Amino acid sequence: MTRPTPDSAVASSATGPGPAAVTGKRSPARAAGLRTPRWVGWLFVAPALAVYAVFVLRPIALTVQYSMYRWDGIGPSTWAGLDNYVEVFTDPDLFASILNAVKLIVFFSAIPVVLGLAIASTIRRIATSRLALVARTVLFLPQVIPLVAAGIAWSWLLSSTGLVNQLLTYVGLGGVARAWLGDFSTALPAVGVIGAWVLLGLCTILLLSGMSKIDPALYEAARMDGAGPLREFVSITVPSLRQEIGVCVTVTVIAALASFDIVYVSTQGGPGNATMVPGLEIYYLAFSERQVGMASALAVVLMALVILVALPIQWLTKDRTS
Amino acid sequence: MSRRTRWNRAAFAVVMGGALATGCGAPGGDAPQPEATGASLSAAPTCGTEPVTLNAYIETGFPLPKELSTEFSKQYPNVKWNIREDQFAVITQNAPRVLADDPPDLMRLPQVSELVKNNLLKNLDGYAKAFGWDSWPASQLEQMRMAPGGKTRGEGSLYAMGLNFSMTGVFYNKKLAEKIGMSSPPATLAELDDAMAKAKSAGITPIAQFNGGATGGLAFPLQDLMAAYGPPGPINDWIYQKPGATIDTPANLQATRHLEKWIKAGYFWKDVNAVDYATMMSRFIKGDGLFMFNGDWESGNLDKQMPGEVGFFLMPPAQQGGKQAAMSAPLTFGISSRAKNADCAAFFLNWVATDPKAREIGVKVGGSHPMGPADAPMPEVAEDTVTASTLAAGAKIAEDNGAMDFIANATGAIYAKSWTPQLQKLVAGQQTPEELLKSVQSDYVSQVKGS
Repeated sequence: MTRPTPDSAVASSATGPGPAAVTGKRSPARAAGLRTPRWVGWLFVAPALAVYAVFVLRPIALTVQYSMYRWDGIGPSTWAGLDNYVEVFTDPDLFASILNAVKLIVFFSAIPVVLGLAIASTIRRIATSRLALVARTVLFLPQVIPLVAAGIAWSWLLSSTGLVNQLLTYVGLGGVARAWLGDFSTALPAVGVIGAWVLLGLCTILLLSGMSKIDPALYEAARMDGAGPLREFVSITVPSLRQEIGVCVTVTVIAALASFDIVYVSTQGGPGNATMVPGLEIYYLAFSERQVGMASALAVVLMALVILVALPIQWLTKDRTS
Repeated sequence: MSRRTRWNRAAFAVVMGGALATGCGAPGGDAPQPEATGASLSAAPTCGTEPVTLNAYIETGFPLPKELSTEFSKQYPNVKWNIREDQFAVITQNAPRVLADDPPDLMRLPQVSELVKNNLLKNLDGYAKAFGWDSWPASQLEQMRMAPGGKTRGEGSLYAMGLNFSMTGVFYNKKLAEKIGMSSPPATLAELDDAMAKAKSAGITPIAQFNGGATGGLAFPLQDLMAAYGPPGPINDWIYQKPGATIDTPANLQATRHLEKWIKAGYFWKDVNAVDYATMMSRFIKGDGLFMFNGDWESGNLDKQMPGEVGFFLMPPAQQGGKQAAMSAPLTFGISSRAKNADCAAFFLNWVATDPKAREIGVKVGGSHPMGPADAPMPEVAEDTVTASTLAAGAKIAEDNGAMDFIANATGAIYAKSWTPQLQKLVAGQQTPEELLKSVQSDYVSQVKGS
């Protein structure tokens, strides 16, 4: 932290106008204030902290509390201790939903990051052309569209008479055409494709902005040493983007684990629980089964899982040079 | 940042969160206290003459309650309405909280058992006696009765009323029926099978049905088949959570196997697991599908969209001349136990069932049979309409005492968490009829125990 302390501000008042320069001399009150900077600091943080406490910390604390009760959301509750947690890990349906979320990581994370890297470096190469601007806009567009709208649009595209099947039939692949979201083997990948489509734009833009701050001299030097485009990409681009990739992976992994909207709109967990994810399961438990305790327990487990996965990613992609 | 300040922060967060969370103790307990069961009234209540505003919370997309409220205000000008609308799924999810926090005088309700258990609904026994509802055919009100303790449904005190009661069965496309030479509705299950086979070989999809998302529409044909193979009594016992009731019976197994036979024969659309209710309706109206297992809430709509082209019959019995049964449920409305104008709301509910104009609106707009005494005058309906045949079907069901609640209403979660995924698996060939019933029964037992 390089912010000047009050004392150094006073010291620098000789060279420039500052708040202390107005009075010139320390008043007793001000001196007292200077001795309690921590108290003043809290005062500045207080409004934001209050909002954070009420809308973030309190719900989390309440969720943890609810998770130890058996409660229907209205009537009296009974203490259940850790029973709900035991059930989360022993009920095959609940555990399967966590597994589905892990599978979604492939689509929500791996595809957008890998494809995003490729697209971003391609766009960077044609950065001056108008095509780059168009490509950037088109790719980022899904980010602007509400997830619910994206889910609805995709469920039309993927329906048995939708565009995807029409195209397949047109090119002579009518045999593989099917109701993608209604088929046990393809429903989860189909949901994953929707997620990949949504998150690809975010990753591309993030990586592209990261690339713009890489020193061009590095590329020049590499080229002088005879490096080809691939070598440049592997040796300069990717390592320089460590932090951006870290952000992409973190955001998309969390989106996969905590997915709800896309699944709710496109399949509602069906067919036969093939696309059930923890977010949706929590919602069903709380609002249709009215097992608020169990829903809270699953929510706490999901939160722990997200932290457990996100922390190592943060650690792995931390820039250790600074 | 030093290690110490980091720990200070963490400690602060924990303390703050903890302070905000505690002080409220164990969650819950803000539900109303139980009231003395249905206090008897000296005279039937009215809406009086003073200005009254009734707060109603109704389902959006169905014009019946609004039309009824408009007519009611015409007849009783001192009554004004404050109506809030939501989709049924939203109402289902919010019902307990709304009834507890913002009690409406009248509310469209899902299945009542959870609401009764938390004392959220007014006991209507007093009104039933004062208005004479208890002399109506008992089956009309059965589904809205709860035994003391809120466990078993179908008996005990009355907690809700219907605006009308719906009837389910099989709609069929008359043009397509003509093509396969079906001149009259099938009289037995075998004849129905035969018609389906003929349709299939003529290149017509025999059954238009939905089974996608969280709504397994194959539960409609399944329950109809259950009623064809066995009596409706045990099915109702199961839905009402009577002790020891099971869905895993030999008759139901036969029914589930029969449904599997239809699936394997390709009688449903290939993508039925991705078809939702709206898609089914639009395809059927476009002429895709000979039969559709659905309810009379669509008869008005079908009369309008395909005038004269749609017929309706009750699920035929397995043996010629056997008794028939159908899913039939009241359009349930309840009064919050904290409602301000409960008397006026009850008066309205009675008016809906007994006023000739209201009964007419009920049939013309709602398309279903009005509530009320068996000998109450029925509004005139044109003879060749679907509405006429669904109303006639209602009379047959009353005669055979064949009304069933829907197997999806047995518990709050049984539809989305058991029937739907299991039926989707049956379609995909990933579940056997035996295991399907076993698995639904075990979910049911754990849900009944857990609630």
